[in-house]
Amino acid sequence: MKKLEVVVIPCSGIGKSLGTVGRVATYKVTDTLRLKETRTVCLALLTAGDSDALKLVKENPCIAVDGCPAQCSRKNIEVSEGNLVYSITVTDVLRRNRTLKPEGVIELNDQGNKLAEIIAEDVADKVDEILRGKK
Amino acid sequence: MSMTLADYKVGIICCSGEDFPEGTISRVATRLVLEKLRPDETVTLCLPLFLAGGEDERAFARVFPTIAVDGCSKKCAEMGTRKFSGKPVATIVVSEVMKKYPQFKAKSREKLNAEEMKLAMKVAEEIAKKVDEILCKKTKK
Repeated sequence: MKKLEVVVIPCSGIGKSLGTVGRVATYKVTDTLRLKETRTVCLALLTAGDSDALKLVKENPCIAVDGCPAQCSRKNIEVSEGNLVYSITVTDVLRRNRTLKPEGVIELNDQGNKLAEIIAEDVADKVDEILRGKK
Repeated sequence: MSMTLADYKVGIICCSGEDFPEGTISRVATRLVLEKLRPDETVTLCLPLFLAGGEDERAFARVFPTIAVDGCSKKCAEMGTRKFSGKPVATIVVSEVMKKYPQFKAKSREKLNAEEMKLAMKVAEEIAKKVDEILCKKTKK
């Protein structure tokens, strides 16, 4: 049986640092914290209707990591009829961590990286919860 | 009211593809144009917002010229722009630019190393050249 992976998809918004925070948080999960249990997919490819990307999000649990309340990742997963199980928005996490001031789009400042770490930990916990529930 | 060249902006829409290093290169190159090479002549549009139905983004791309910056030959940014607003004036594909610079390899997705930053700058220079061509045509009209 094919191993179940959790698909983590950030919005990668490019106008503000919040999109970069979501993107960096995603890589912290997929490349380090839960390397074997997760993967990502190009959001633009999914919304372009690529058949492999559509199949991936329909057959696996998905987590949306959005930068702002527009929640483009969440919305695009829903429109693609993906199996969305959790959604987290950087602005909500920032509200609970008001001392952090993320800056930079090409490269995040230290506080932006700290915020990305907080989000990555939250997403990693959710991945564990999802996979425990599937066993 | 007529529009002067100073009012004229070129929209740069990159794919930001999350699954490949080329997506990160497209994103960083776009920001290098916006922040360093052509800050007064360019704006960027959030592709996911554009695709999710952001009316301001779609309206901008209908009125102003756009350049799509794609990581790979699937050209998601070009396709999305064409579908919801109009054909981009130009498309730059990172994997194509990379063929001209075989000495640079793209491996990182999260944070580009010094060599990858040089590659991103090469892509940014190609974008800036297209911006100049577009604006030059406008001044001649």
